[in-house]
Amino acid sequence: MHLFVQAVILGLLTGGVYALMASGLALAFGVMRVINVAQGALIILGAYLSYSLYQHIGLDPFIALVLLTPAMFGLGVVLQLAFLRPLPDEEREELSLLVTWALALGIEGLLSVAYQTTYRSTITSYADRSWILAGYHISVARGFAFIASIVLLVLLFAILRLTKLGRALRATVQNPTAARLLGVNTRTVSALGFGLSVATASAAGAAYGIVFPFNPGSHYDLISRLLTIIVLGGLGSLGGAVAAALLMGVAESVFATEISPTWSSFTFFIVLIAVLVVRPQGLFGARVRGAI
Amino acid sequence: MPFVFGAAWQMNLFFFTVMYAALASAWNIVGGYSGYISLGHAAFFGVGAYAVAITFNHVGIGGGYRPFYVLPLVGIGVGAASVPIAWVAYRTRAATFAIVTVTLLFVVQQLAFNLRSLTSGSQGLSLPVPSFPVSTYEHPFYYAMLGVLALSALASWYVRGSRLGLMLFAIRDDEDRARGLGVQTTFAKVSSFALSVGLVAMAGGIWAYYISFIYPQFAIDPLVTIGMVLMVYLGGKGTIWGPILGAFILVPAQQYLAYRLGASQLYLVGYSAIFLVVMLFLPRGILPSISDRLRHLKARRRPERTEGAVSDEPVERVAVS
Repeated sequence: MHLFVQAVILGLLTGGVYALMASGLALAFGVMRVINVAQGALIILGAYLSYSLYQHIGLDPFIALVLLTPAMFGLGVVLQLAFLRPLPDEEREELSLLVTWALALGIEGLLSVAYQTTYRSTITSYADRSWILAGYHISVARGFAFIASIVLLVLLFAILRLTKLGRALRATVQNPTAARLLGVNTRTVSALGFGLSVATASAAGAAYGIVFPFNPGSHYDLISRLLTIIVLGGLGSLGGAVAAALLMGVAESVFATEISPTWSSFTFFIVLIAVLVVRPQGLFGARVRGAI
Repeated sequence: MPFVFGAAWQMNLFFFTVMYAALASAWNIVGGYSGYISLGHAAFFGVGAYAVAITFNHVGIGGGYRPFYVLPLVGIGVGAASVPIAWVAYRTRAATFAIVTVTLLFVVQQLAFNLRSLTSGSQGLSLPVPSFPVSTYEHPFYYAMLGVLALSALASWYVRGSRLGLMLFAIRDDEDRARGLGVQTTFAKVSSFALSVGLVAMAGGIWAYYISFIYPQFAIDPLVTIGMVLMVYLGGKGTIWGPILGAFILVPAQQYLAYRLGASQLYLVGYSAIFLVVMLFLPRGILPSISDRLRHLKARRRPERTEGAVSDEPVERVAVS
């Protein structure tokens, strides 16, 4: 029982980080029907940037987010304008998959040139410390990663709910034509929305770099999990992505302790197959364009 | 001078060009005809590779030309085994289908890592090097691959004119309407998928024997998937010759990049740049663009414009909801 609860705690901590990563993906799909395969590579880019800042200037990865998040937002806007906006509307879903896959390859290549392919990890002063809560260990690094992710998630939801941009974004998700008729500049909103979704990669990357060792090729492992999560949550549904991420974090962690650590990465795929057989639209997916 | 034109070097390039032509042509049966973008085909390439390597190491079929004889079995076996997988994947559409097939890639790679008793995990499996004469060593592999390419092209051509092809095209244009009109969509989709991945698996089997050593990241490589897709898009989706043309342009380019930049990982960047250029500037492919241009020229040569001429202006789609 003790082990089980410990596994659930660990799963929730990891799931929180996945939730932030997946919410970025879900947002990009919701607003623009773009599946951003490069999200994994962008997260790894975030991890490398925060690793560099920590190694060279000694900036704590979580404090560095103040710099990194706006930078990634800008990068996201640029990527959207340069590579995604020119895609024809009718084929955007399919073509975006391939274009962003190419971007992922490009980022992987650049990172391999800049950092070589050896595994790195951001080793902070609190890397191997842990809090003990009622007999359960909570690693400080994972705890911080979880907290940072949740803060960013709340921020993201606040932007979507409370600001004018957020309202425009949600309107675009629900019905782009109606939004355009009501005076929303859907093109600008799309660029900003993509920027937001990439901005989540900075915090996610910082958190990832502290918790897991990474190399430029790590993005494949990451993106396969994230894509599974957003399909499970129902494409385009932010709430669904968050719920699915927490669920999968816990499921994987429990599977690893209770059944087999070698096969634990299969949890994602087993759940995915089971869900697709019963509910092809995902756990929380709507049949039509979902609302966030 | 960038290239050393040795015979072995040339044969190696030919081998990979023909291999990718076969893969792209097979992928086209799913991606081009039915419009479903499968990103998991490299998984079946890997399964084919491992199938040949495993029969070698566990069944003891012997070397020489023998492994070529099991290829048809590998193709049929993988095709049949893909049916339930395809059935589950085809419960989804468009982007979701692509995602589900991507995960297939990672499932198979993980299996190759974890099923150690069969695949030796990350250590990899080796196949004995056959005792073909050195001067013509590559030839048997090359001709075998050429056979798979012929089979793929033949299947593409046959399906295109068949009832199955009509069903697939109907699905691509409007799946719901096709279904409403009585097209057995699931049957068409699943059987085209099985045919396509069976061919891919055979190519994988020959590749494994040629390379003579395989390990998980190498045999199930996302770059293989993306390679076939890119070649189909470059040459022309849904055409018979497009995928082959795409392979004959891209594989030499790719090998050249790997040769010039292979030491650094910069070749990935070069590859990604080619990819982006193709996707952004030629998303319809070379062959369809050329035939469009020809049609345009013919139309212009006519003295008067017909009334129903289709304008080039994009028509804004207004969703009614």
